[in-house]
Amino acid sequence: MTSATQSAAPAIDMLQVKDLSIRFGGVMAVNKVSFDVKRGEVFTLIGPNGAGKTTVFNLISRIYTPTAGSLTFAGHDLLKQPAHAIARLGIARTFQNIELFEHASVLHNLLVGQHTQRAIQSLGGLWKEMFFTPSARAAEIAAREKVEHTIELLDLQHYRDTTVAGLPYGVRKVVELARALCAEPKLLLLDEPSSGLNVEETEDMAFWIQDIQRELGITVLMVEHDMTLVSKVSDRVLAMSQGEVLAMGTPREVQTHPGVIEAYLGSVDDVSSLRRAAA
Amino acid sequence: MRFIFKTSYTQDIDLAKHSGHVFWYGALMAALLAAPWLVPEYWLAQLTFVLIYAIVGLGLMLLAGFTGLFSLGHAAFLGVGAYTQAALTGYGVPFPVALIFAAALSAVVGVVVGLPALRVKGIYLGMATLSFGFIVEEVFARWESVTGGNAGKNLKAPDFYWFKADTGDSFYFLCLIITVVCTLAVLNILRSPTGRAFVAIRDSEISAQSMGINLARYKTMSFALSAALAGIGGALYAHKLRFISPDQFNILQSIDLLLMIVIGGLGSVHGAFLGALFLILMPQIISLSKGYLPDAIGQAPGLQAVVYGAVLVAFVLFEPYGLYGRWLKVRAYIQLFPFYRKGMFKRQKTFQKSDRLK
Repeated sequence: MTSATQSAAPAIDMLQVKDLSIRFGGVMAVNKVSFDVKRGEVFTLIGPNGAGKTTVFNLISRIYTPTAGSLTFAGHDLLKQPAHAIARLGIARTFQNIELFEHASVLHNLLVGQHTQRAIQSLGGLWKEMFFTPSARAAEIAAREKVEHTIELLDLQHYRDTTVAGLPYGVRKVVELARALCAEPKLLLLDEPSSGLNVEETEDMAFWIQDIQRELGITVLMVEHDMTLVSKVSDRVLAMSQGEVLAMGTPREVQTHPGVIEAYLGSVDDVSSLRRAAA
Repeated sequence: MRFIFKTSYTQDIDLAKHSGHVFWYGALMAALLAAPWLVPEYWLAQLTFVLIYAIVGLGLMLLAGFTGLFSLGHAAFLGVGAYTQAALTGYGVPFPVALIFAAALSAVVGVVVGLPALRVKGIYLGMATLSFGFIVEEVFARWESVTGGNAGKNLKAPDFYWFKADTGDSFYFLCLIITVVCTLAVLNILRSPTGRAFVAIRDSEISAQSMGINLARYKTMSFALSAALAGIGGALYAHKLRFISPDQFNILQSIDLLLMIVIGGLGSVHGAFLGALFLILMPQIISLSKGYLPDAIGQAPGLQAVVYGAVLVAFVLFEPYGLYGRWLKVRAYIQLFPFYRKGMFKRQKTFQKSDRLK
């Protein structure tokens, strides 16, 4: 489905962020940030804590409304859409601090991912659900089949019926990714997919992100701190600090950019003096 | 111990998950059908009340237990249903038509109350619904041309062409049928996208929204459905008592209803029924045991309130999942005997959830 809509749309840029700014009181959390995410790439936002990366995510998913700037996704002006309409346009996301439906089973969580395809549109739909008509049952089975593909992709077979509240952190992280995939997105926003994961789980995550990009053809925009993961999967990286763009380019270019090193480690002079001291 | 071997997706969708379910719920249904011939009239009347309260409880459970919106004014919806039924049947409208109108009007009132629910949460929603309850009670008392004011209003027995539920038995069957239909409707909603959206809103509004759930629409829908069920319960309640007055739908009734689902077990359909059973049986048990207690306790005024309070505190402290949670533990104990461990149902406390976006 995704590939069909992709080829139909003329633009190469999937998401265009232009001069995006938001002010919280006296703090300019995001200041004139502009970038384009191209169709099919993995685009990563990096930066020290408080740089405004998650705020950019919350702006894209319309939890916050920007003070200035524009957001365009596949020809749609996102600022004209309410927060709940974002998923229907094809943007799904995960959260930094896992926001799963705690007291429901993994399967239930993933089926909620299917909501945009399944939401009832009228009172008639509610009646169908109330009496669980054959069409409602068929739709339920069809949704389950789609969910099963994701379960298989992410190896969650074992946890299908487990309540989320009883799952370890690493598995929850994967369940959240699975839930976002069940929404059948065109653009996937991953907020620190590897935070709290061990080395092995992080490797799995890198593998899955590549799978999602290559096999499912989903564009990925992520915030990540683990530079090994970033350089492994990202096509392009944007570094932010204190709400502003520092550098943009390939992972290698950004990592060696003096401004980025300064933001993370202090000024270049400090670093070179450290190097001299070490040598 | 039962191991379910799943071979098809429909097994997860079906209401009866295995043959044990079919057997036990079948047995329960058979017992309920045979009840008029098995239990004395007084207890059948109490059972009828259990069914009526269970319908209201289902509604409140949908709202509080599954959508996470607490209403402290649910008696108002009960009242709207009761008075609509009383007024319409008074004009000679047949019972089923009046019942549908009672449910529909309650649902509309539910939508009106649900609108502020989109802006306020938790304790503030409680306050909003509480004050709504007072307003509605006042309306019942003052709008004398329709409600009969504080003098109350009388009702006839439900009748519809050849069917007349004027005896305890026939009214019991009427309530039983309506309860079964309502329960199935609620269970069906819960296994559909709408029910899952409710649970999603309860557990995390922020991610429900990001998954494309329209919070405003679903919260309003939850209020409407909940109020409609309360309205149906209210209509039956009015017919059962044959007399209604505003003080039956006051704050105490609202608290009773909330108490019912909390003690029954929030977040389970069983909880609504167990809670209703508790709410009706508790006063009976207290009055029966009065004779065996020393006079200083047995004849003390306010005994019932004290017992209620103590039970509620005990549940909140020791069994937050209510009677149904306790039953699950007992069942696990029996199924796993002798391997049940004490901490089996203990949940690990999670400190990962973020409150930043709320």
